[in-house]
Amino acid sequence: MSVNNRHVLSVLVENQAGVLSRVSGLFSRRGYNIDSLSVGVTEDPAISRMTIVVKGDRYILEQIKKQLNKLIDVIKVIDLDKDKSVFRELMLIKVNARENSRASIIEIVDIFRASVVDVSNETLTVEMTGDEDKIEAFISLMKPYGIREIVRTGLTALERGSKEIKSYKKYGEED
Amino acid sequence: MLKAAEAIVRFLVEEGVDTVFGYPGGYIVHVYEALRKSDIRHILVRQESAAAHSANGYARVSGKTGVCIATSGPGATNLITGIATAYMDSIPLVVLTGQVPSSMIGRDVFQEADITGATESFTKHNYLVKDASQLPRIFREAFHIASTGRPGPVLIDLPHDIQAEDIPCNYPETVQITGYKPTVKGHAGQIKRALKAIAESERPLILAGGGVNLSRAHAELLTFSEKSGIPVVHTLMGKGAFPSNHAHYVGMIGTHGFSYANEAVRMADLMVFIGARIADRTAGGTQILPENMSIVHIDVDPAEIGKIVGTQVPLVGDLGQILKKMNEKIKRKDTSAWLETLGTMKTEETYKTGSLVNPKKAIRVLSGKLNDTAIMVADVGQNQFWTARHFDDLPGRKFMTSGGMGTMGYGIPAAVGAKIAAPERQVVAVTGDGGFQMSIFELGTIAANNIDLKMVLFNNSHLGMVREIQKRVFGQTGHIALEKNPNFVMLASAYGIKGVRVTSDDELEAAFDQALGHKGPFLVECVVDPDESTL
Repeated sequence: MSVNNRHVLSVLVENQAGVLSRVSGLFSRRGYNIDSLSVGVTEDPAISRMTIVVKGDRYILEQIKKQLNKLIDVIKVIDLDKDKSVFRELMLIKVNARENSRASIIEIVDIFRASVVDVSNETLTVEMTGDEDKIEAFISLMKPYGIREIVRTGLTALERGSKEIKSYKKYGEED
Repeated sequence: MLKAAEAIVRFLVEEGVDTVFGYPGGYIVHVYEALRKSDIRHILVRQESAAAHSANGYARVSGKTGVCIATSGPGATNLITGIATAYMDSIPLVVLTGQVPSSMIGRDVFQEADITGATESFTKHNYLVKDASQLPRIFREAFHIASTGRPGPVLIDLPHDIQAEDIPCNYPETVQITGYKPTVKGHAGQIKRALKAIAESERPLILAGGGVNLSRAHAELLTFSEKSGIPVVHTLMGKGAFPSNHAHYVGMIGTHGFSYANEAVRMADLMVFIGARIADRTAGGTQILPENMSIVHIDVDPAEIGKIVGTQVPLVGDLGQILKKMNEKIKRKDTSAWLETLGTMKTEETYKTGSLVNPKKAIRVLSGKLNDTAIMVADVGQNQFWTARHFDDLPGRKFMTSGGMGTMGYGIPAAVGAKIAAPERQVVAVTGDGGFQMSIFELGTIAANNIDLKMVLFNNSHLGMVREIQKRVFGQTGHIALEKNPNFVMLASAYGIKGVRVTSDDELEAAFDQALGHKGPFLVECVVDPDESTL
């Protein structure tokens, strides 16, 4: 049995109502776990691209890819190689920041190349992007100040280099 | 420009549809009005689930896509079991449902149901039409998707206002769906590997599944087995894929199959799965498949390969095309010893006579009387396996049942669809008293259309298979009895349908002769001992 590895799937879909429901429904009814899912329109307004982070062994991943490919609205599914891809996530985080702690928080914000987007008497709201490790590290540094709220977009990703998702063969065409 | 409802009927005609099964309602009236003015035959069922089952039976016999229609809300939700039944058995259907007017969707108005949401997981695809001008594309796509690749049901939900809009009526010649291009041709390299694996095997065995029946690859399979010398077992859905009177024929495997056929699988060193998805009822949770067996798996749906069992050689594509290519290259293996071993394992059925009707013998007697092109439709439960095990599926005949979903009440309406698709063929529906009563209302459809259908009802006043499980697992306690069953022959007679009640094996011959000799629908009720076993 292989281990439950995390995989990042990049999925091209028709930009149509119901697609998100079909994809998320497929995961829940077949018992696959989604860590995160982000979706948005692509360079072609008729096509959207989803980035889905899943956990599973080789069998599960194979099944997920095959079942996704069975959906008529799914155009292409690729499993992104961690070493050959760029992963980013955006987070907004609201932390307690009274006068005595504000400066030290801003210092950390600067180190992480994040930015303060809102200030109040009691709080600071910080926007940051990065891969998961960076975001987790920032969250742990903010914990002592008291985190009020966190919102994250989920991972989004693109392969490095000039290769495009469209150049991959459709599943079933390979081998 | 044409009213959308009329355009829809034209699209149906373009697709070669001459019969639809349905039940009207408030939000599908525009389509019904257009249908009334057309040459398409509309069969009015008595409940919507039967419309889907009849379209299913029609599709399986005609080889065309079955079409059924219902209104919004309860009409649509009544179709659900029929849609799921078709999905599990990969039957091509186009399902049309009425929907509340576009502006009212999402407001919980009268007879509103989210049918595209509800059927998402058991339609191959579905559409909620929001723009009437898209109807030509949607209909073209729906029929294409339903009937190609691995077939399945496609639903089109038609809001009431959309049906009444005027649209340009240009039916597209071709379809262009970016995300849907089923693999048809088998991969040449994989075919070579499959042939090599077969050549290296000593005791190869073909498992034919429902895919052979769906893709009508009977001739190619026969040639494949004859040229290679490989014997054949089959699944429940694969009954009829290979002639049962052939020297290479072994039998049906599975939890309700023949033990010698299951034993053959255990003895084989290579299996060639052809259009079989290795369902739990087939492989008994893969228990009957030996650990180190080689497997060649041919299927049009790549997701079925490797889903249940690991595969050495996956081969994706249309069965007929792949087998044809393999037949060009396959070399004859010397399987005489293997065939001989399998031959000696086969046991002849013996039929005991008790005080009531022996259902297994009844099917055997009936099978002997039916002609060479007869269609046998089995419902679900004990009657399904009595029929599957004792009906002789000679070449030219057809056997069908709800295999994947196991939907009680499928038999009668599916047989109606079968008879309408092939009026010249004998059609028999076998049911139990449970399943019969789940579709008893269809006696109305049968009578109204004078469907020349023979119904064999095994009445043991129990849900026999449930009772069997309860007895085995929990002892004698608490089984479900169907108390106060009606007088079925009288009930049929109330619809003007003739019938006869049989209580012993001695009366079977005469009863079946009478049924088959009668022009028009006929019911043969056989009274069966509730302790009669499935196997």
